[in-house]
Amino acid sequence: ADIISTVEFNHSGELLATGDKGGRVVIFQQEQENKTQSHSRGEYNVYSTFQSHEPEFDYLKSLEIEEKINKIRWLPQKNAAQFLLSTNDKTIKLWKISERDKRPEGYNLKEEDGRYRDPTTVTTLRVPVFRPMDLMVEASPRRIFANAHTYHINSISINSDYETYLSADDLRINLWHLEITDRSFNIVDIKPANMEELTEVITAAEFHPNSCSTFVYSSSKGTIRLCDMRASALCDRHSKLFEEPEDPSNRSFFSEIISSISDVKFSHSGRYMMTRDYLSVKIWDLNMENRPVETYQVHEYLRSKLCSLYENDCIFDKFECCWNGLDRQVEFFSVFHGSIVMTGSYNNFFRMFDRNSKRDVTLEASRENNKPRTVLKPRKVCGSGKRKKDEISVDSLDFNKKILHTAWHPKENIIAVATTNNLYIFQDKMN
Amino acid sequence: MFVRGLKRKCFDGEEDIEGTLAGIKAIPSYNLQRQSLLDMSLVKLQLCHMLVEPNLCRSVLIANTVRQIQEEMTQDGTWQMINTQSTGQASLDRLVSTDILCRSSREQAEEKLVPNYGTFNKDFEGDQGQDSSETMSTASSVQAPRNLQGSVWEMENPQENKGNFQKSLDQIFETLENKSPNSVEDLFSEVDNSYYDLDTMLTGMMSNTKMGHCDGLETFSSPTSTASNSNCKSDLNELDHIVEILVES
Repeated sequence: ADIISTVEFNHSGELLATGDKGGRVVIFQQEQENKTQSHSRGEYNVYSTFQSHEPEFDYLKSLEIEEKINKIRWLPQKNAAQFLLSTNDKTIKLWKISERDKRPEGYNLKEEDGRYRDPTTVTTLRVPVFRPMDLMVEASPRRIFANAHTYHINSISINSDYETYLSADDLRINLWHLEITDRSFNIVDIKPANMEELTEVITAAEFHPNSCSTFVYSSSKGTIRLCDMRASALCDRHSKLFEEPEDPSNRSFFSEIISSISDVKFSHSGRYMMTRDYLSVKIWDLNMENRPVETYQVHEYLRSKLCSLYENDCIFDKFECCWNGLDRQVEFFSVFHGSIVMTGSYNNFFRMFDRNSKRDVTLEASRENNKPRTVLKPRKVCGSGKRKKDEISVDSLDFNKKILHTAWHPKENIIAVATTNNLYIFQDKMN
Repeated sequence: MFVRGLKRKCFDGEEDIEGTLAGIKAIPSYNLQRQSLLDMSLVKLQLCHMLVEPNLCRSVLIANTVRQIQEEMTQDGTWQMINTQSTGQASLDRLVSTDILCRSSREQAEEKLVPNYGTFNKDFEGDQGQDSSETMSTASSVQAPRNLQGSVWEMENPQENKGNFQKSLDQIFETLENKSPNSVEDLFSEVDNSYYDLDTMLTGMMSNTKMGHCDGLETFSSPTSTASNSNCKSDLNELDHIVEILVES
């Protein structure tokens, strides 16, 4: 129940939300920067915890519906309260998180503890006033979007109009209005008439960051389709199809499985999108459909181990990926918007790729190997052959320690990395 | 044949070395591995019977892999049809039992199943490239992938399928019985020879495949009692459903 299943910064980066397998959402808040201590930015502390989803039972199919939170997406802040969407396999909920730091005191008809006074004992009247109290953070569900998905929801994405959002399951994508819970529009449906003919499923979907009628969805066959909602109500015909031709020299029985895309993310500009498949991260230019513009190998040393990874089911692990958010120059990495991409791997390793310098680094999220406030040491994995000092052999990797979820602060060089049960927050070293 | 053996890179280190050393050696090794991959895939698909809905993406990918293997085997001519005299089961249209795969639809459950994919392994070791069976294999291979997928992800089946679970597992055993002893041993190397026992087989599988949701399977106590359990279960579920409706209104 403690297994972290999603991690997401809000738009300002002040809040960091995590969802877990037990249906809980935990939100961390960044401390206000301490002006005297310029060495570190504010730390993240627990701000709010609430139970978002409960396990349910589908009576019609005799199946449990897991309460695991698959995705969290923040809405941009419009007033004092914060809003986020969280989803499990079947139901999406809109949560309002608000602060209360004052409470009314001095009622005429009620005692402070809430008991009602006998009206005959009231001799004078007073006006209740607000008095400060200890900060209380309350989370309340404002909308519940249910009963629209037969299959398991894998993605939610808020449109740039901030009024609508999409939810995608294995075979369908629905469009919702944030205010309306009893209706949703189906915009993509790839369910074949005969389920026996099913060979491809939807694995991820996202709205374009700027164009409110454009979205993409990825498939288990390694394709990405870009659709325009202005073209037709049901976007079964894509506007663009992104697919890289298969490399015949690498062909194996596992080719299709490892080509399945586990995550798709637009760059902030919307010009590029990034996809993650089992072994690599690819950057696509939206103007070029026939191949990616860049490919980064995450853990190529696993290519010769695919059979074992198939046997222990690790080959089906769905890794996510993310872009950096910053716009500044920093030593070692040139840190402009969309110039670094990050993704997770096994053995609690995660990888970063600098698109400009083409440098990459492997880091480890573990308490044993990294003391707090020390610089992370780069790691290196070697093949089954000769092992140099400090290198880790591929055979000694722990495949139960996987980093599937990572997130990058939108404005600063702070990253959140989730191992199975723990959340790590790293920041770059400031001089 | 040699070229194909070199091109394929799906297997781990030591098998590769074995393959490149002697071209002739590569082919049987490759075919045995392909066979075990097929077996593994079918077992993975079998273990979809659980309390939580199986992952559709995973099922689709595994089924596609199985189909790929079958297509290749068909081209190789190693995909043998069942020998009708040995088991007495007639239909040549079904290469693989659809009921073996998870959540078979009611209609498919009622049809005759032909658990025969075990026999061709034996046949292959005898001879390669039987032309006589090739036409038959090609004709039925078109059927096979479809049937294979047919029941893998019938998500919209009514809950009677829970009652079919026991029947399906019986059929799994039948199929496995037909296999040659060697491959069965390979498959169940972690399980003792009482693989006819439902519990042992399932727990053996689970440790092998490390599937997180298999805990639900352990609630099925024994083959004999499962049938009645599932009937009770469906009755109880109906009752719950009715109560829920009443409560909500």
